[in-house]
Amino acid sequence: MSVGLQHYLVVSAVLFSLGLLGVILRRNLLVIYMGLEMMLNAANLALVAFSRFTNNLDGQVFVFFVITVAAAEVAVGLALIVALYRRRQTVHAEDLTCMKL
Amino acid sequence: MTADLLFYLFAACTLVCGFLVIANPFSLNPVTSAMFLVLTMVFLAGLFVLLHAFFLAAIQVLVYAGAVMVLFLFVIMLLDLKAEERRRLKVFGITTGLIAVGAILFIFLNTLAQAPLGASTTPELEGTTMALGKLLFTRYLLPFEVVSVLLLVAMIGAIFLSKKELK
Repeated sequence: MSVGLQHYLVVSAVLFSLGLLGVILRRNLLVIYMGLEMMLNAANLALVAFSRFTNNLDGQVFVFFVITVAAAEVAVGLALIVALYRRRQTVHAEDLTCMKL
Repeated sequence: MTADLLFYLFAACTLVCGFLVIANPFSLNPVTSAMFLVLTMVFLAGLFVLLHAFFLAAIQVLVYAGAVMVLFLFVIMLLDLKAEERRRLKVFGITTGLIAVGAILFIFLNTLAQAPLGASTTPELEGTTMALGKLLFTRYLLPFEVVSVLLLVAMIGAIFLSKKELK
């Protein structure tokens, strides 16, 4: 059976689930961020696969924009993490309990 | 035939490296996670090449495996994360997380199995730089310019946030 759209979508779904698992399991803010990046990449893979198998280039342009926005998001997010570390000396999600009642 | 073999190779490597990013049994060090994330990105670029998205494969390696991961490593270097390695994952968190993600994965695969994806036409699309560039500078010119403003905003925000005195 030759590789088709279904195969790529399964890989994308599993990769998305792995990223989500990372976000839920890990308590380190940096690793949570890496999980987010993996989820974005899984969505990108699905978009490129659809673009290829429906003969439509718009999906790839969308992936281009997703990559750009993700780069901006990483820049701001990592600056936030550095600012947070400077104040609280931690990047551990369990130590950030200001909003606990 | 070769393309099929390469697909299985890249897909397996992507998923294995992706798993090692989030739950490496040997070390919970963020540097190890970042290195495996680089590998995941590179293998994803390989999948993009198999999908004939050559421009996006190059961008994936340059922007993600290059710029973004260097940024990650810089931040890991700036922060002193020695204490983080001693933390262990909690059993309660692992079980609830696995159940939740397993449910979501089940929904995904179930939907995929039932989805009418249609007869697979022979794809003849080529995601070359020229084809994508033509689209970007004609139909998607306005979003392209808006994204440049977004990058400027992100740059100003990052500089402002990393100033010494945050008011």
